[in-house]
Amino acid sequence: MQFTIEVGRYNPEGVYADDAQPGLPFPPPWDKSPVRRYQTYTVDLPEHAVVLDALIAIREYLDPSLAVRCACRSAICGSCGMWINGHANLACKSKLAAFSQGGKTRVESPPSMPLIRDLVCDMKPFWDKHLAVRPWLENKQPTPPADREYRVPNASMEELIQEVSCISCGVCLMDCESFAVDQDFLGPQALAQAYRYAGDPRDDKTKERLGQYSGPGGIWDCTHCFECVQQCPKGVAPLDQILKLRKMAVDAGFTHNPGTRHADAFAESVKHSGRLNELTLMPKSTGLFNIVGQLKTLPSAINMARAGKLPPLIHKSIPGVERIRKIFQRVGGRFK
Amino acid sequence: MVIDHDVIVLGAGLAGMRAALEAARDGANVAIVTKVHPIRSHSSAAQGGINAAIGEGDSWESHAFDTIKGSDYLADQDAVEVMVREAPQDIIEFEHMGVIFYRNEEGRLGTRAFGGASQARTYFVGDITGQALLVTLYDQILKAGVKVYEEWFATKLYMDGGACCGVVALEMVTGELHLLRAKAVIVAAGGMGRLYEPSTNALICTGDGYSLAYRAGAPLMDMAMVQYHPTTLAGSGFLMTEAARGEGAYLLNSLGERFMKKYAPNKMELAARDVTSRAEATEIAEGRGIDGNVLLDLRHLGPEVILKKLPQIHEMALDYLSIDMIKEPVPVRPGMHYEMGGIKTDVEGATVIAGLYAAGEVACVSVHGGNRLGANSLLDTIVFGRRSGRAAAGYAKGTPPNRGGEDVLRAEQERLQQLLARSYTGETCAGLRLELATMMDEKVGLYRSDAGLHQALEALRGFRKRYENVAVGDKGRVFNQALTFVLELGYLLDCGETVIRDAIVRKESRGAHTHVDYPERNDADWLKHTLLTLHRDREEPEVSHVPVTITRWKPEVRTY
Repeated sequence: MQFTIEVGRYNPEGVYADDAQPGLPFPPPWDKSPVRRYQTYTVDLPEHAVVLDALIAIREYLDPSLAVRCACRSAICGSCGMWINGHANLACKSKLAAFSQGGKTRVESPPSMPLIRDLVCDMKPFWDKHLAVRPWLENKQPTPPADREYRVPNASMEELIQEVSCISCGVCLMDCESFAVDQDFLGPQALAQAYRYAGDPRDDKTKERLGQYSGPGGIWDCTHCFECVQQCPKGVAPLDQILKLRKMAVDAGFTHNPGTRHADAFAESVKHSGRLNELTLMPKSTGLFNIVGQLKTLPSAINMARAGKLPPLIHKSIPGVERIRKIFQRVGGRFK
Repeated sequence: MVIDHDVIVLGAGLAGMRAALEAARDGANVAIVTKVHPIRSHSSAAQGGINAAIGEGDSWESHAFDTIKGSDYLADQDAVEVMVREAPQDIIEFEHMGVIFYRNEEGRLGTRAFGGASQARTYFVGDITGQALLVTLYDQILKAGVKVYEEWFATKLYMDGGACCGVVALEMVTGELHLLRAKAVIVAAGGMGRLYEPSTNALICTGDGYSLAYRAGAPLMDMAMVQYHPTTLAGSGFLMTEAARGEGAYLLNSLGERFMKKYAPNKMELAARDVTSRAEATEIAEGRGIDGNVLLDLRHLGPEVILKKLPQIHEMALDYLSIDMIKEPVPVRPGMHYEMGGIKTDVEGATVIAGLYAAGEVACVSVHGGNRLGANSLLDTIVFGRRSGRAAAGYAKGTPPNRGGEDVLRAEQERLQQLLARSYTGETCAGLRLELATMMDEKVGLYRSDAGLHQALEALRGFRKRYENVAVGDKGRVFNQALTFVLELGYLLDCGETVIRDAIVRKESRGAHTHVDYPERNDADWLKHTLLTLHRDREEPEVSHVPVTITRWKPEVRTY
């Protein structure tokens, strides 16, 4: 079967094939990477072939100058994370037939990562974030003797297998909406690994971890866009792990941060009136006595008012709000 | 650039990182040189588990006997004893590092059954055991602050006065060649699966370590012992872990029979890998295969066991063959998987060359002999990784730093420049690699014959000539993979030559080496290792032998 692949090429030494087309069809707003050229290849492969098969075929028989990282070919090593038709995916797990749009598939290095060459991006931001969450066990004391394991229930180990299944391919970070606007956000993979250790019954520094992860760039900076859950090739569902960390952090008393205040203001508003009072959400999230913080939000508020996007000043409850309150009663916990 | 360390570890899989961690703990200034990021290393593909005699009713003697019997008595029994006696402590150490091993109902480490073992002694994390160990060890490397030169490709070992004093490596991102000087070098660069097509191995398993050490004069031992795994996925050749059979899966032929009853009536599907692979090949050759495959049937295990304990292979069969193993059997066949032979070392990882150590698949201690048992490879990496790290750090303490080597660096730069300058003659690197690997599978695979092996050696000579004409299809500096592929093909040719020559020499059938002209094991003449040593200024290696160390387990007839 014939497949057509459009590959984003970049060579810092400026050497391109003659037919490579410059430019990016739909440049994303945050793209800071150098200008790529798009080169089209046609390859003959079996119907069930994956994108990586095509890239290997190109590299081996059509154009040996194409740079692409790959090793295991079976979604274990995590080397071949890249943009395929505008979303991050593993090339070895993406069937060409499924991705082919209008007869072709577009493959390029993700614009959110610094580019080295062709499909090879610099993964340094990714590994830096991984390191930043202190991804190692701080042994619960006393450590068992050298011939004895920690005795823990199997369920507590199985609980972590989802995070341990992470192959560090970086696909989640490449497409992370928060990372796109804030390079300091720890990102989905690192936070999933943060939970992997914070949630381990053999770890001794859970509280310190939760304090660290509650800070700027941490668990509260995720916007729940679900891209990481959707794109993760191993079912790690990083967002789920971030939500677990949030619950752990709040339960451990790490509540003096905009994230917790935002969540609290949200819940209080819904409990009170059955819907969200957007007018009070922002000041409450910032902290009512945080005058400097409040002033910083003023320009946004003015812009919103000018554009007619300011929520109504009088906030009305929905009919039957008592029933909503009953739900809160029933669920219990923090907002009872 | 010239960089100095006490110890350089080549490779960042389990053996390499374990060696580096141990050397760092011993106070050595250690660095890892690896051609891929550590997490990309092929150790992550090990699925089933890791063996140790920890449980009650099990003993190191039993583990040793199973390993030695599995090796078809070619393993050195003193080395096996070291490995199995230290296994429990090494596994517990990984548990303390944070590996989320499966637990039994008492919350203690739990096991699964594996091939060739008389007890269920395989400790595991689902079917991602290698990955779970690798990421945990990588995190320990981060914690210890070990320096890692990522995506640095080794082109040569720096030898001075008969000792190994460092590595010359190409920094992929800049294209710059560096000399890394060290008092000791540990080669832990993994296997050579790309020598065979198909193979379960990753594209990065190109025998770099074997070739670098061989060219530096280190003997390679028992290279003919190439393991074919019984269950590799039809088509792609991806690994379907032995843990599937450990959990109770059947092997069926086209008649729906559990054919292993004819070949291994006691152990059935859990016979040693060489035995099971040959049984499958016989079924297929006698017309009871299905398109060149047999069937791996997991249906009776039920969705609970499959999804909880074998999720990765379930997904792989679904992804690459569109087969749901909960509902259908999976077509599998024997496929090249592991090299038992390698750089000859002692139990401290030391080679015959001063300052040169080796560990992991690339080394041959020998604990696997003619056939490795499943779940003994991860064990090999962590036990001998640790021991080689300690030994290298100890050696480095009493060794003065080397101050030379600039000439070696310049000569390597010159050699790579010449390679880049070659013009295209129609010979492609990928084409030649595929021909070589297909030839190896055909003539030096599961079954070998005198005629076939001599044809293979002849073919290899031809490939070597053609290799001289392979041009590098990219002339740039930055991330020039075309250049490293050509270098890797050179490594594979060395591996191929040593595998073929060793196979020609061994006139018997033992373990993975099945010689149709000498179908029996011959202990009188062949209870010995073969060493291939490349001497300077000689094209062909010298062949020599050393006896197998037998301590308490006398060779017996091997049945399962």
